[in-house]
Amino acid sequence: MKSTLSHYLNRYRKECCLAVVLLFVAFWTILFSRNTEASGFLQSLIESRFLSLRNLENLSRQIGMYGIFSLGMGLVIISGGIDLSVGSLMALFGTVFFFLLTGSHAWIPGMPWVPAILVLLIFSVVIGTLHGWLVAKIRMPAFVVTLCGLLGYRGLAQTMTHDTAIGYYDSKFNVEGLERFMTGELIGLPAAFIAFIVISGIVFYLLHLSVFGRYLLALGRNEQAAKYSGINTTVVMAFAYIICSVLAAVSALYFALYTADVVPSIHGNFFELYAIAGAVLGGCSLRGGEGTVIGIILGTTVLLVLQNMVNLLGYDSSFSKVITALVILGGVLVDRFEIWKLLSRSRKT
Amino acid sequence: MPPLLQLSKISKAFGVVQALSDVNFEIAEGEVVGLIGENGAGKSTLMNILGGVHDPSSGKILINDERVHIQDAKKAEQLGISFVHQELNLLDNIDIAGNIFLGREPRRFGCIDQARLHDMASPLLETLGLHLDPRTSVSELTNGQKQLVEIAKALSMDARLLILDEPTSSLAIQETETLLALIEKLQSQGIATIFISHRLSEIQTVADRVVALRDGENAGILEKAEISRDRMISMMIGRDLSDVYPENNANIGQVALSVDRLSTLRWPSGNATFEIREGEILGMAGLVGSGRSELVQAIFGVDPSPSGSVAVAGKALRMGRVNDAIAQDVFLAPEDRKTSGLILEMTIRENMTLNSMSRFSRRSRIDFKTERVRSAEWLSEYGVKAPNPEHAVGDLSGGNQQKVVLAKWMTLSPKVMIFDEPTRGIDMGARHEIYQAIVRLAESGCAILMISSDMEELLGMSHRIAVMSEGVLTGFIEKGQFSEQAIMNLAVAPKERASA
Repeated sequence: MKSTLSHYLNRYRKECCLAVVLLFVAFWTILFSRNTEASGFLQSLIESRFLSLRNLENLSRQIGMYGIFSLGMGLVIISGGIDLSVGSLMALFGTVFFFLLTGSHAWIPGMPWVPAILVLLIFSVVIGTLHGWLVAKIRMPAFVVTLCGLLGYRGLAQTMTHDTAIGYYDSKFNVEGLERFMTGELIGLPAAFIAFIVISGIVFYLLHLSVFGRYLLALGRNEQAAKYSGINTTVVMAFAYIICSVLAAVSALYFALYTADVVPSIHGNFFELYAIAGAVLGGCSLRGGEGTVIGIILGTTVLLVLQNMVNLLGYDSSFSKVITALVILGGVLVDRFEIWKLLSRSRKT
Repeated sequence: MPPLLQLSKISKAFGVVQALSDVNFEIAEGEVVGLIGENGAGKSTLMNILGGVHDPSSGKILINDERVHIQDAKKAEQLGISFVHQELNLLDNIDIAGNIFLGREPRRFGCIDQARLHDMASPLLETLGLHLDPRTSVSELTNGQKQLVEIAKALSMDARLLILDEPTSSLAIQETETLLALIEKLQSQGIATIFISHRLSEIQTVADRVVALRDGENAGILEKAEISRDRMISMMIGRDLSDVYPENNANIGQVALSVDRLSTLRWPSGNATFEIREGEILGMAGLVGSGRSELVQAIFGVDPSPSGSVAVAGKALRMGRVNDAIAQDVFLAPEDRKTSGLILEMTIRENMTLNSMSRFSRRSRIDFKTERVRSAEWLSEYGVKAPNPEHAVGDLSGGNQQKVVLAKWMTLSPKVMIFDEPTRGIDMGARHEIYQAIVRLAESGCAILMISSDMEELLGMSHRIAVMSEGVLTGFIEKGQFSEQAIMNLAVAPKERASA
């Protein structure tokens, strides 16, 4: 029994370390945002600003929105590639979605929100297929393909809006349902967070329980050996990009409605880097073939809780980037030197 | 006169593995000693001790009767020991002279003195009979020429003892002869050579004495007059050759695989045509780079092929599609198990089932329970030495890794099984088990194509041998006519054959 426990601890050591870091950051924030006027220490912690309903709601919404596209990025990284276009895609998807609702662009017909979402998702599949085809079939480097996306998609969105903001208030259609569905709450939790939990479950199934996931991990490790085992590596790899693009679209819907209007020049700026950071911190290797859904979720959460800490405790917000950088660097460094293994070895002897 | 080098009672252990125990070895000035032994017999460990890579756990090293301690490669160099490794350690982007004097370049005002560098290199190349400008880039050289540059590098350090580890494994016949002649020339200058090779005929030509190692121990010494192929083999493997290859009682049946004028991307004019029958083992011989691997990769569909066709039991195979080959039970255990056969970081279980996930899944969901049970069964069935299937394949020894590759395909009951170098880098015990598995497979009626660079293995296992040279199938040899000479005649390049 004990041996199986240590086996699991060893196997999921990255996840365990991250969970400890997460608890530490959360506790730190609770401690320093406690309500000093409350009676008793414990009470002051419970009434801390971190644990306030508003903060938790806000935090969980953020985790949901960032988490959704980070999961997609994780799959691409596991396949051995990278998708730098995610942030720009969020801007483009948000822009296109609002044009679909308002019908104010010459090339885009207006429509009610349900078909608009469907059209957007189809559009994201097309974009993902394009990326997948260029990378997996034509064998262009993923970095180059998606770097072009990074520049191109944002530029396209800016061109479509003449570099101004676009909202959806002048929509001819009824968007009440959309607002309730996307920005409201379900069983007391923000819709984005609920969506994130559902999507996490689906991605968990895909990566850890399905044949697709096994193939993805295999080709990320050693594409040639996967090919020699009869795996259609082109299709599997392309699917990673398609899923990434679709999840970026889903996340883009939440972000667009959350900000209520999209300014293409800044909307979703650097999101691809947050996603990469979350995935890498969560144990995905940029060489491919390594990573877990739990890890990606924890990695993303740690980054957002750090952000939240900086906001709540009134640290200089510019400094939060430095903290984030140090945490990622430290996390990867710890893994590099396999401190966990060293510890368990010294305990044995 | 004392010997130049004397090793006495050298032992070396890596953890629990005893790589060498009480090995004695000596070599005199100007002597050529052939060092033979199976993979894993301890040849490399012994030579690495001489080269300063490893420290012996116990034992003495004497040079000219003086005890020395070789703590690193630098020290070995100072003692006049020069080790030419199996993998050529030359930098492709630097010219010949630069490679010879790498790290010891003559300097002028802090810059490399190019003129002097080249002047120093020229006479060295002359002695080796390498008529090349020292400014030539190494990337333009043939493997044989690179080998000579390595030796020039050794000579430039005033080597008294030259260690050549498998120097001819990637050389053409002409180049091999040049090298052997060179060794004799160096011998007359008093330079001693330890010559490690699997090619026993070369050892026979060049060695004054043969030292054999087996399982990390001395396995005997042959003086010049006693050297013969059979005696070398029995020293190396500790038993007669006939015991190594299992008896094959397969019944030869219908044509299972027919290949019709198949060409490959690398050799578009190859046009290979051959058939293999059920239960037959067709050996495939040829020099390294003769197009054998490319041919089987085209059959398996890993690479597309420009022309030709393949049929399995009369049914045409779609070319360039691995899935189609697998669906028709045509499998390939590729040449390089580390890059193509296995995913080293994944577990034994995941590797064994990767090619047949449909058997271990229901509607795309993996059936982990069946997978675990079956892979554990295969572990014992194929004699893979690992405590359980959850270990990473990369942690296994070469022989056990190869067994995983074989198990992965053989459990799918192949109709045609292609082995590309099935026993490369594997110790005798595991090799024997692999031979047995291959024969069992043939006896069950599977057609087998086995590529090998090991002549013994081809002669011992095959019913028939096909020989390739420069992408072309140059001929077939029937069991009655088997001989190394017959194979080599077909394996050398057509040009060389015409002039010979």
